[in-house]
Amino acid sequence: MSTGIASVAAHLTRPFATVSPRTRTRIPLIVTAVLLAVLFSVGSVRYEGFLSAQVVLNLLIDNGFLLVVAVGATFVILTGGIDLSVGSMVALSTMLTAWLVESHGWPLATVIPLVLLGGAASGTLMGWIIHTFEIQPFIVTLAGMFLARGLCYTISTESITISDPTAAGIAQTRLYGPGGLFVSIPVVIALAVLVIAFVVLHHTRFGRNVYALGGNEASARLMGLPTGSTKIAVYAVSGLCSALGGLLLTFYMLSGYALHAMGMELDAIAATVIGGTLLTGGSGFVLGTALGVLVLGTIQTVVNFQGTLSSWWTRIVIGALLLVFIVLQRLMSGRRPAAG
Amino acid sequence: MTTQPAKSEAAAAIGRRLAGHRLLWPALILLALLLGNLAFHHDFFSVRVRDGHLYGSLIDILQFGAPLILVALGMTLVIATRGIDLSVGSTVAIAGALACGHISTAAHPGSVATLLTAVALALGVALVLGLANGFLVSGLGVQPIVATLILMVAGRGVAQLITDGQIVTVTSAPYKMIGGGYWLTFPFAVLLAAALVALTALVTRRSALGMLIESVGGNPAASRLVGIRAGGLLALVYVFSALCAAVAGLMISSNVSSADGNNAGLWIELDAILAVVVGGTALTGGRFSLGGTVLGALIIQTLSTTVYTLGVPPETTLVFKAFVVIVVCLVQSPVFRAKVLRRRGAATPRSHATAGAAPQQQEASA
Repeated sequence: MSTGIASVAAHLTRPFATVSPRTRTRIPLIVTAVLLAVLFSVGSVRYEGFLSAQVVLNLLIDNGFLLVVAVGATFVILTGGIDLSVGSMVALSTMLTAWLVESHGWPLATVIPLVLLGGAASGTLMGWIIHTFEIQPFIVTLAGMFLARGLCYTISTESITISDPTAAGIAQTRLYGPGGLFVSIPVVIALAVLVIAFVVLHHTRFGRNVYALGGNEASARLMGLPTGSTKIAVYAVSGLCSALGGLLLTFYMLSGYALHAMGMELDAIAATVIGGTLLTGGSGFVLGTALGVLVLGTIQTVVNFQGTLSSWWTRIVIGALLLVFIVLQRLMSGRRPAAG
Repeated sequence: MTTQPAKSEAAAAIGRRLAGHRLLWPALILLALLLGNLAFHHDFFSVRVRDGHLYGSLIDILQFGAPLILVALGMTLVIATRGIDLSVGSTVAIAGALACGHISTAAHPGSVATLLTAVALALGVALVLGLANGFLVSGLGVQPIVATLILMVAGRGVAQLITDGQIVTVTSAPYKMIGGGYWLTFPFAVLLAAALVALTALVTRRSALGMLIESVGGNPAASRLVGIRAGGLLALVYVFSALCAAVAGLMISSNVSSADGNNAGLWIELDAILAVVVGGTALTGGRFSLGGTVLGALIIQTLSTTVYTLGVPPETTLVFKAFVVIVVCLVQSPVFRAKVLRRRGAATPRSHATAGAAPQQQEASA
C-alpha cells in the first residue's frame, strides 16, 4: 500500500526534484499566498463591497487575537511539539481579566501584567514537565487544556460582562489612517507581536536554536545547543501569547466567558500549517502563519458574505484545506514515510 | 508439615503476581472511587429491579460509560500502534447525525428495516472515515495526531451539515433500544459494549493479531524487517477505531433520541485517551491492555458521577481529570520513576509489571 503511494508521490513531485530544498519548503507558502489572492478575487467578483481596504483591515480586527495565539503556536510547532492548551488558556485569560476587574475592582494596570505573567508561568510549567519527565507534549498540554477550561468554570459558569470604562475605551478606540480607514488597538499589538516573533526567530540565537531543535533534537544536543531551556522557552512563549491573545479577545468581546475560544487550538494549528510550517518541526515561517490566519479569516468572511452558507461550512473548508496542505507538505518534504 | 513452606511460597508467589499485575492499580483506584461514593451516599451500591429493569448508581455508571468504553476500545488498539485518533468525537457526531437523519425522514421510522439501514449507513460512513485516517497515516506517513486532526476539525462541520444545524429528534422504538433499552433486565448498551469488548479480546488475544499490532507499535522498523505488513495493520486499527466510535455515536444519540452535531461526543476523544492511559497502555505504544481500558473508562465515568453526587459544578470535572492525567503520566514516565520512585528499592514489582508483562498476564487482562 505505502510503496504504491510512495511511487505516486515520487512521480508527482518529480517536477520539483530539481528545485533546491530551500525553495521546496517555500512551495506551501506560495500556494497559501496564491490561495489568499484567489479567495479575495472570487470574493470581490461575487460580492459587492468585498474588495475594499476596510474589509482587509476588518480581517485583522476580527482575527488579531488568533494571530497572536497562532504566532505562539508556531514557536512550539517549529520545535516539533504541539500545544493543545492555547484555546483554554485564552478563555482563562478572558475569565480572569473580567473577574478581577469586575468582581474585585482591580485596576487594569495590575490585571494585565498579572494575566500575562500567569500565561507565561503556566507555559513554562508545562514545558518543564515535558522536558524533565520526557512526557509527550500532546498529553501534557492536554492536561493543561482540561485544567485551564475547568478553572474557567470554577470562576464562573456565566459570562462576565466588562463595564470598566478604561477597558471599554481601549476596545472602542479606532486608529484612523488615510481615507477613513481604521484599525483597533489590538490590531497594532498583534502586528507588533508578529514583527517581534519574526525578528526573534530569524535574527537571534534563540530563534536558531528553535529551528535546530525541530530539525533534529539529538544533533542539536550534540552540537551543544541548550535544547532543554529552548524547549521550555517555546512553551513559555506559547503560554504568554495565549494570555495576550486572551486579553485581546477580552477587549474584542468586552466579556469573560468559559466558552470563549472553543477549538481555537485547532484554528491556531491550522493557521500555522496552512502558513507552511512543517508539523514535524524544523521548517516554517512566522509570516506564513499570518497568511494562514488571513486565509481562515477570509473563508469566514466569504461565508458571511454568502449569507446562505452556514457557519459550519467554515469548519469543513478549514478541514479540507488542512488536508490539502498536510498532503502537500508530505509530498514536498521529500522524506520517506515513517510507516514502512 | 513439610508442605507448609511450599504452600506459603506458593501463596507469596500468587501475592507477588497480584501485586505485580498491571490491572491492580486501575482496579484499586476504581474501588477507592466507588467506596468514596458509598461514604457520601449509603445506597450507592444498591441495585434494584423495577419493571424488570435493573436500576441503581452502579448500573448508571455502566450504561453512561458504555459509549466511552467502546471509543476507548478502538483507541487502545490505535495507541498500541503508537498512534492516536483525535477524530473519534467527530465520528460519534457524524454517526448519530446520519442514523437520526435517516430515521427521521424514513417512511416507517419505527420499523426494524429502517433501523438496520440507519445502522448500516452510520457504520458504512465510519468505515470510509477510518479508511481515510488509515490512508493518511500508513499510506502517506502523516503523523497520526495530525492526520486525525483533519477529521476532528472538519467532522463537526460535516455532522452539522447532515443535521442542517438542527437537533434532529427521532421517535423509533427499535432505535431507542440501542442506547436506552433493556434486554434480559440489563441495559442493552452495556451488553453491546461487553460483547464488543469480549469479541475484540478474543480476536486480538487468541490470534496473532494483537501481537502483530504490539510489534508494529513497539518497533515499526524491526517489524518491517521481520516481514509484518505494517501498512494494512495500521489502516485496520483506524478503521476499527472509527467503527467503535460509530457504535458509540449510535448509543449516545439513541439514548437521548436525538442527534446534536455540535455537542454529541464532544471531548470524548480526550476521555477515551485518558481511559486508555489510566488503564495502563502507554502512549508510546507497543503494549495494550483491553481490561485496563475498560477499568480506565469506568474510572473516568465514576469520576464524573462522583463530581455530580458531591454537588460540585459538573464543569469542574475537567479540573479533576487534568490532575488524573498529570499524575498518571508522571507515574508512567520512566524518568519520573527513576527520579522519585527509586527510593522504594530496586525490586519494585510495579515497574516490573509495566516494563514487560508476560503473555499469560496479557491474556488474563484481556
